[in-house]
Amino acid sequence: MLVFGVAVVINRNPVASALSLVVSFLGLAGLFMSLDAYFIGIIQVLVYAGAVMVLFLFIIMLLDLRAEERRGVSRLPLFGGSAVALALLVQIFYVIHNLKSAHQTFPPLAKSTFDDVQSIGLLLFGNYNLPFQIIGVLVLVATIGVVLLSKREPR
Amino acid sequence: MVTLGDYLIVSGILFVVGFAGVMLRRNLIIILMSLELMLNAANLSLVAFSRFRVQPTGLPDYNAQVFVFFIITVAAAEVAVGLAIIVALYRARQTTDVNDIKSLRF
Repeated sequence: MLVFGVAVVINRNPVASALSLVVSFLGLAGLFMSLDAYFIGIIQVLVYAGAVMVLFLFIIMLLDLRAEERRGVSRLPLFGGSAVALALLVQIFYVIHNLKSAHQTFPPLAKSTFDDVQSIGLLLFGNYNLPFQIIGVLVLVATIGVVLLSKREPR
Repeated sequence: MVTLGDYLIVSGILFVVGFAGVMLRRNLIIILMSLELMLNAANLSLVAFSRFRVQPTGLPDYNAQVFVFFIITVAAAEVAVGLAIIVALYRARQTTDVNDIKSLRF
């Protein structure tokens, strides 16, 4: 999964990047399932590997992007960006290494409790009802915005 | 034995890969893909915390998974809007390279 995540960044061809992203998301869905989050894993496959990827590939085909030509890469942003990313990585490793609760292994679950769709649904419509409705409005606004943005203005 | 730290380290590496993509690449579509990688890294750490914080009833903490559900929804909306903006930009400028987009107004 991490290999394909790196491939997303390294590949020069946008189509190859998008396909690596699909594989990376599928690996991530497998990790979710290994964490007993079956609902989230399935949602991940449906939304990301299905919808978002089709959107990405569709836009890449629509814009007819080729592999970007090698232009003179200025060294300073390259090294600066790599340095910042490396510093972030070192910090994350340091914090996780010193975190005491990071060393615990899997706590046991109660058996026959794999009705996580029901549990998430109860929380979603009970405890988190207001955020759920706000998300609905957000998706509506996004839909209208996309339609407005992609409409050709008559001139 | 797999520990919580292993999942957190994978999540951190994935986040840094996405961050490097945002910093280093100049194609807007690739930058958007790297953003998705970063959001998914956050999702992975949330789900890992949810699994390792077992409730007294023996269930994982489903609050985190509801949060992940919200993040996935917002990310999907964000991708749709971002790609629409890229298409509009491409129509105006015939480019998706961030170095070619220098002016603040069209």
